[in-house]
Amino acid sequence: MTATLTAAVPFTTVIGLEVHVQLQTRTKLFCGCATTFGAAPNTQVCPTCLGLPGSLPVMNRTAFELAVRAALALGCKIAPFTKWDRKNYFYPDLPKGYQISQFDLPFSSQGALEVVDPKGALTRNVRITRVHLEEDAGKSMHDETAGTGDTRIDLNRAGTPLCEIVSEPDLRSPQEARAWLNELKLLLVYLGVSDCNMQEGSLRVDANVNLHIPCDGGRIAKTPIVEIKNMNSFRSVERALVYESARQYEEWQATKAEMGKTPKQTRGWDDPAGVTRAQRHKEESSDYRYFPEPDLVPVTVSEEWLAATREAMGDPPSVLREALAATWKIPPYDADVLVNQGRELVSYFEDLAGRVGEGKVASNWMQQDVLRTLNERGGSIDDFPVRPAAVADIIGRVAKGDFDTSRAREIFAEVLASGRTVDDVVASMGIAAVDDDELISLCRELLAANPRVVADVQGGKEQAAAGLIGQAKKKNPNVNPGKVRAMCLELIRQM
Amino acid sequence: MQPSDMSAVDLVTAVRHGDLTALRATEAFLERIERLDGQINAFLSVDREGALRTAAAIDEKRKKGQPLGPLAGLPVAVKDALCTFDQPTTCASKMLAGFRPPYDAEVVARLRAADAVIVGKTNMDEFAMGGSNENSAFGPVHNPWDLTRAPGGSSGGSAACVAADMAPVAIGSDTGGSIRQPAGLCGITGLKPTYGRVSRRGLVAFASSLDQIGPMARSAGDCALLLETIAGHDPGDATSLESPVPPYGADLDRPLEGVRIGRVPAHFGAGLCPEVAHAVEEAFAAFRAAGATIIDIDMPHADAGVATYYLIAPCEASSNLARYDGAHYGHRAEPGRLHPAEPGGHRAEPGKGSGASGGGFESALVEMYCRSRAEGFGPEVKRRIMLGTYALSAGYYDAYYAKALKVRRLIRQDYLDAFEKVDLIGGPVSATAAFKLGEKSGDPLAMYLVDLYTVCTNLAGVGGISFPCGFTKGGLPIGFQLQAPALAEPLLLRATDRYQHLTDWHRRRPAIAARPR
Repeated sequence: MTATLTAAVPFTTVIGLEVHVQLQTRTKLFCGCATTFGAAPNTQVCPTCLGLPGSLPVMNRTAFELAVRAALALGCKIAPFTKWDRKNYFYPDLPKGYQISQFDLPFSSQGALEVVDPKGALTRNVRITRVHLEEDAGKSMHDETAGTGDTRIDLNRAGTPLCEIVSEPDLRSPQEARAWLNELKLLLVYLGVSDCNMQEGSLRVDANVNLHIPCDGGRIAKTPIVEIKNMNSFRSVERALVYESARQYEEWQATKAEMGKTPKQTRGWDDPAGVTRAQRHKEESSDYRYFPEPDLVPVTVSEEWLAATREAMGDPPSVLREALAATWKIPPYDADVLVNQGRELVSYFEDLAGRVGEGKVASNWMQQDVLRTLNERGGSIDDFPVRPAAVADIIGRVAKGDFDTSRAREIFAEVLASGRTVDDVVASMGIAAVDDDELISLCRELLAANPRVVADVQGGKEQAAAGLIGQAKKKNPNVNPGKVRAMCLELIRQM
Repeated sequence: MQPSDMSAVDLVTAVRHGDLTALRATEAFLERIERLDGQINAFLSVDREGALRTAAAIDEKRKKGQPLGPLAGLPVAVKDALCTFDQPTTCASKMLAGFRPPYDAEVVARLRAADAVIVGKTNMDEFAMGGSNENSAFGPVHNPWDLTRAPGGSSGGSAACVAADMAPVAIGSDTGGSIRQPAGLCGITGLKPTYGRVSRRGLVAFASSLDQIGPMARSAGDCALLLETIAGHDPGDATSLESPVPPYGADLDRPLEGVRIGRVPAHFGAGLCPEVAHAVEEAFAAFRAAGATIIDIDMPHADAGVATYYLIAPCEASSNLARYDGAHYGHRAEPGRLHPAEPGGHRAEPGKGSGASGGGFESALVEMYCRSRAEGFGPEVKRRIMLGTYALSAGYYDAYYAKALKVRRLIRQDYLDAFEKVDLIGGPVSATAAFKLGEKSGDPLAMYLVDLYTVCTNLAGVGGISFPCGFTKGGLPIGFQLQAPALAEPLLLRATDRYQHLTDWHRRRPAIAARPR
């Protein structure tokens, strides 16, 4: 089977996503236990998250506020009244035998988030069905090292607040799905709702996918919906969806099986093998016997509280992009690149742009120098050793004509590598402004040594002068190439 | 006067004044437990050493002039459904045999903070499911008035130990009558407070929206003393009420002039034992004599109470009891018996997360669950888990659970309407006096009807109190019930106290409680 389809495909891929994000709270959803990642197993637990007899849940208000912030940014309607429900099933990492979740009255619904692509290749408004809050289960680790195949349970994660975001099936390609997830992640990180760290399980994605295939007579055949699980990166999501579309198309060609005749199938993504595999049908777990959680009281949300929450939440990326482009007069592409790097980088840029006074110049430096080296080094922009003041200093000296941009890059690299000040680096590199007398004598030397260039220029080929610049830099690294060129042309004209 | 003959109010006063040491009071009750409980089986565990240590510490505190708590030196028996960190908490179930919680229930913590002396944990119907105490995995409680009879349930141990003077007061819990019915059958006073008045944190849940902890004692005055300590807002229980706690003992002797008590004629229909009917009518007459007005009222949906209760309570229980699966604590079936066909037990699938498929592991797991629960739970608990699971299942939810919630709202409205006309509602607690052990245990439906007069109080979330109002010719106590609007505990206690000043039914003791010569 081919796992990729490169050419135009004879069907439409229809994708809906279910995203679980762990909220950035210090404590769990219904008890005071810490949510720190990586603690020793079963050290962040108490009677409530262990599900001990007699223990009771109490809602964490911060978790609710963060979830509402996410829903507001997704344009959702916030229910004035919401309640908790129990989802009942047995599993060893679910110590109460039920998960506290929200069933028929989620706290928010009916939002939307656009797929963002500055190049305009992908634009799609994806509707959000609902956003609800629930508690996470613990972790089961099936350990075969002991030879007995023991299963170990870590309940540190049990009771961690999760926000479940369910989209309508509005996405039309695996690439769109990935782009949309990137935008969603960016939004949630910007709002401080979640760190969205997929490696630590803070963001998990399940995808529902099927194909709409045009048939003879204008009829559209719809393949059975498949839910894909176990994707641990956005890249995996895209790959799994590409694979699954191709697989469904082949299956449809062979069987002509359409939606509605079989129950929804669940398939797991096998990343190393690059395939989805059918998972066992779990009929017995399909009836969760949801009912209202009697240990918790319903939550009512007032307009005043909502207004205050909206006020405190800050701008989402989509608003920030436009604001950045307008304020600093940079192209939408630049604003997109900067905003996509996160709020801290935007602050760095705004600091730099403010000092330089020219948004586009600052943006170019951000993209070509700061971002490139930051990506090479890793780490956060807040820890980046060259601060906006130093970059602005270097840019300012270029503007004054002290040295050219390529020389400036060398200085930037040296400041970054050595940790010294711009002044220090400039001095130690022997960079000094070249005065006009020096420049004239240097150019005369060059012209004397290159009669051919002189002849070419006199013959009308001005670009031949470029050949002199390299030689000039060899003789004196501090010369400004533009000035060398202009002076040489002037001297030839005077000949 | 022996400590065991004293009221709780007198006992704590005597300890505070130094007329009685906490140690002597505690020893007196422990001695009675030792002498009598072999026949009654009211206690599942007695913490003799812990109780004596606590009592000695209280006496020491007094000697040093340190302030004493409001219950200083008062021995208290606690239903085994409340968590105690220093004593087993079993809910009378094999499932939790020997289980020691790592924490105290909020009520237990408040008792300790008030310098009460916890003497032991009382027997009950398994997970508080039952009305006879025969559903205990550790044997039934015998009614002190007639050892061949049931004490009622589910707080049968708490009722019996107070009736036999093995403790001056006890803590019970009431989901559908589990304080009031055994109090009635054992001739003591038991109060089910308004839902949310007393924290449920640390009460092993049966049906969360109905469960409520309350005091059981020999008089309204003693119930008031205990309630004042255990009531109040607990931020650890989201359903706990924030309303301040009044001094329940302060207003007890105010006369009942102007108080309107509702009487429901339908309560006196077929099925009510004539002796009980007679005693209840006599009690109404006594209240009239005490200045109250008796007004006949209608509770139109009361006859749907038992059916509604036996949907809502099992539904919640089926979920609340899911945690007893053998995985983390409590009874687990022997691993050797899990997979007879597959030596080495279950097989795990590596790298699979929650809900992942893995035939070998999952089937061994399911088998462990099934066997652990089959072995750990008794028949009544299983019956209710099955009833609740069924009623919550897809396709049945609307017909059963959702409909029961609607009827519950109607019943609640009945109470709101009734309390427009009256201040209290009076009537029988149960249709008969104590029945024989084994008499109803073979017929679950007959047993469910025992709750006829008590379940609506819980469905409505209001308060109710039960106290003795006479005896059958055979010498068995008969109970009277008063119900009140939410948070009207002061009126419940005051009306009961006034009645107890006019009558002496509550002072009578069973023969077994008489001191040995």
